[in-house]
Formats: sequence, C-alpha cells, structure tokens
Amino acid sequence: MAYNEMYSKELIRRFRNPKNYGEIKNADGIGKVGNKTCGDVMWLFIKVKKDKIEKIKFKTFGCPAAISVSDMVCDLAKGKTINEAKKITNKLIAEKLQGLPKLKYHCSLLGEQALHKAIEDYKKKNGR
Amino acid sequence: MKVYLDNGATTQVDEKVVKKMLPYFTEKYGNASSLHSFGQQAKLDLDEARNLFRKKLNADKIIFTSGGSESDNLAIKGIAYKKGKGHIITSKIEHHAVEESCKSLEKQGFQVTYLDVDKEGLVNPKDVEKAIRKDTILVTIIAANNEIGTIQDIEEIGKICKEKNIIFHTDAVQAFTKVPIDMKKMNINLVSISAHKIHGPKGIGALAIYNAEIKRLIDGGPQEFELRAGTENIPGIIGLAEAVKITNDKDVKQMEKLRDKLIEGIFKKIDNVKLNGSRKKRLCNNINLCFKGIEGEAIGAHLDAKGIASSSGSACSSKSLKPSHVLKAIGLSDADANGCLRLTLSKYTTEKEIDYVLDNLEGIIKFLRRISPYGL
Repeated sequence: MAYNEMYSKELIRRFRNPKNYGEIKNADGIGKVGNKTCGDVMWLFIKVKKDKIEKIKFKTFGCPAAISVSDMVCDLAKGKTINEAKKITNKLIAEKLQGLPKLKYHCSLLGEQALHKAIEDYKKKNGR
Repeated sequence: MKVYLDNGATTQVDEKVVKKMLPYFTEKYGNASSLHSFGQQAKLDLDEARNLFRKKLNADKIIFTSGGSESDNLAIKGIAYKKGKGHIITSKIEHHAVEESCKSLEKQGFQVTYLDVDKEGLVNPKDVEKAIRKDTILVTIIAANNEIGTIQDIEEIGKICKEKNIIFHTDAVQAFTKVPIDMKKMNINLVSISAHKIHGPKGIGALAIYNAEIKRLIDGGPQEFELRAGTENIPGIIGLAEAVKITNDKDVKQMEKLRDKLIEGIFKKIDNVKLNGSRKKRLCNNINLCFKGIEGEAIGAHLDAKGIASSSGSACSSKSLKPSHVLKAIGLSDADANGCLRLTLSKYTTEKEIDYVLDNLEGIIKFLRRISPYGL
C-alpha cells in the first residue's frame, strides 16, 4: 500500500514534521507503553503546573502512524487540566489525524495509554 | 528525483520485452492447441521458448505457470501428492509460497522439518543430510533469499540429495539469471522461476523439471505435458523468454558494483548499522540493513517522501504485526528486526541514484533516532 494512500494528509504532515518530540528533564509524570515485538514503543513526558499539563513531549520508536499519534496526543493534552486530559481517547486522536488505517488502530491506543500512564505516574508521585 | 530500489518486489519490464510480446496479442493470438495456421504458429513459438529454458537450466521439462508462487506450490504439492505420504525437509527462511505449501501439507498428514540457518542465513548442507529419514520424499531450499539475499550452497545440497535418492526443489525466483543454475550438474530436480523479477511481465513463471515426476494441481486439458491445464499464456511466455535472452553478466557486475558502493557509503556515514545476510554469498542486487533504535516503515516513509522506493520487514507494516520470519531466523531481536530496511537494485540503477540515496539516508536516520527512545 502506498504511504500516501494508506495515511491521511494530516498524518503524513505530522510524521514528516513532528513538533513535540524530545525529553523533559525532571518530568512530573512519564508514561511508557508498547512493545518491541509489534514495533512500536511510545514514551510520554509531562510537566504539570497548577493541575494543568504545561509541557508534554514524546519519544517514539515506531511506524509513521505511531509517530503521528505521539505528536497529536501531545497537542491534544497540552494546556488541559489533568481531568480534561484523562478524557482524551484513542478515537479522538484518530479523528484528529483524519483517520487511521485499520491495521494501525493499535497505534492510536498506544497514544491514549501512554497519556493515561503518564498521568497515573504524576498522581502517584504527588500522592494523589 | 525518483529512485526505485524495490526490485526484489518487482521490476520494470524491459522495453524489448514489451515489443516482443505485443504481436502475440493482436496478430499471433492463436491457441497453441488449435490445428490451424494461427494455432500452429503459436505452438511453434511456444516450443521455441520452452527449448530455450530447457537449455538454459539443463532441464528435461519446462512447465509454464502463473509465477513463482504457483511453481512452488506445483513442485512441493506435486511431489507430495505423487508420493502420497512422507517427510519433507525445508528451511526457516523460505518464501511464503514454500512455507505455506509445507504447512498445508503438514495439515494433510505429511511431516515437515524446518531447518535452522546460521546468522548469515545459510543452511548447513550437513544439517540437510542429518535430517534425512527413510521416508523423506523432498528437500526444498530457497536458492537465494528474497529478504536478505543470502545465496545457498545448492550444489552441495543437490549432491547430498542425489546420494540419498531424494527429490530436490529450489525456489530460484530471486536467484535466476543472477546465480548460475545447471539442474543436471547440480542435481536439482525442480526449479521455480518468475518473469517479473527479471524485467519480464507479471503473471508468468515456470517450473523446470529434471528427472522427477509430479502430480498436476490444475485439472483440465492436456496442456503442459498434462501437468498444468489451461490455455498457455503465450504473450507472457514470449516475454519471459525475451527477458532471459537479454540478461548478461555485465548487468550483474554493474549491480554488484553499485550495491557495494551503497553498502560502503552507508557504513561510512551512519553508525550502529548492521548488514543482514552474508557479505560474500549475497545476491548482486540485495542490501538489507538493520538501523539500531528506529523502525523500518518509518525509514521507508521518509525515503518515499524523497522519491526513493524501499521495503522493510517491520512488524508494523505487516498484517500479522509480527516481524519477518527470516530476520528472526538469523537471530535478530524483535526490535532489530523491526528496524530493517531492504534496498534492491536492478540493471537500471545508476550511480547518480546511489549518490542521491546516500545524500538523503543519513539525515533521515539521524532524525528518527532523535525522536526515538532508543536513539543513539
């Protein structure tokens, strides 16, 4: 399948030019998901200030879909309160990416799971 | 710039091949089974093509098929059904057409041994010898692997099979015209070939037979020595024959030279990269690399954006979400197998194209490593 047939314009745009990659030193929460067998591993780092996700970055080993999902989930969660961010679902991520091929559905799940894990991690560290 | 480096998947049809084929659609369109002049012309040309292959491979029979997969099925199931029962020896790095044929026979009561390969992807002929049982009916080992390009010692395996009086089949879809194959001299009983890997048309291939009897899989008319029913694909057969006629050693040498330039260039520019397969026993047009810390499909998509066509064995781009069985068989971890990229050249590949790939690949790898948790 051709990359440009398989993937939406938005997905390809983000894959080629992701803005939110990197690491946050002294992150308040880190979410690590995925496994090397299926070929996608996603790490999300969040910095929280006054219950709001002030900064969010990703590091991802994976296919174009996984990289675009990572970049999108960062944009969606940025500036949101913890409770708002928890409502971000894989469906929303896929929607904002103008759809994902069926085969890559699991990549959108990784985005949701990584975000939720990072939030859990933040809560644990802060005794909440 | 557009650079096609996925010739292991398929190749551009040579214009000479197209030219040779065209009259067989509109002028010489007779059915080779018909007795009138139209049919007899077709029969004549069909026989000529068949003779060319017989001589080229030193075979006694050529059965034209729809391609490599059908040839593999016909060879393996054709022998199995002829014998009725027994044991088959194959390897863990076969093409899916061989692997799935063997699995299907297993379900029907045949037994199959899948031999391990070493880290370069080589089958040890001694392992073949050791695996042979009293009821072994067939050994099937790929001549040159489609993913990692490793060329097997088919002559040695053929020798063992002859001594033990066992039928030997090889899938030579990638190897044909790039590696010498002489069925009589090398004791190979069945050889699968395909046209579209050698600048011929899609949908045509052949199974060459030397001193073996098979049962046909497609029932119907008496075509192809009653071993494959159906009106012969004459334009395809003519195209396949022409594709073979125009192959030459000069093209092989040229591909080898550019392959080595690309491998050496990549090693000079990029760290933490490994060549999969054998450096020496390698197809003239195959490069398979493992880039540590990044995923193959992502590399492929960035290359595609630059106009460069490649392929990867990564799990994420396969329907099963499992990395390639070949890369696993040569001992790669899941993560490494998912970071592999295959570049396959053709006679049309130019030095300029190789330079263009070298100019672009480094930046892509660097960028993907920057965003990877395992970035190096």
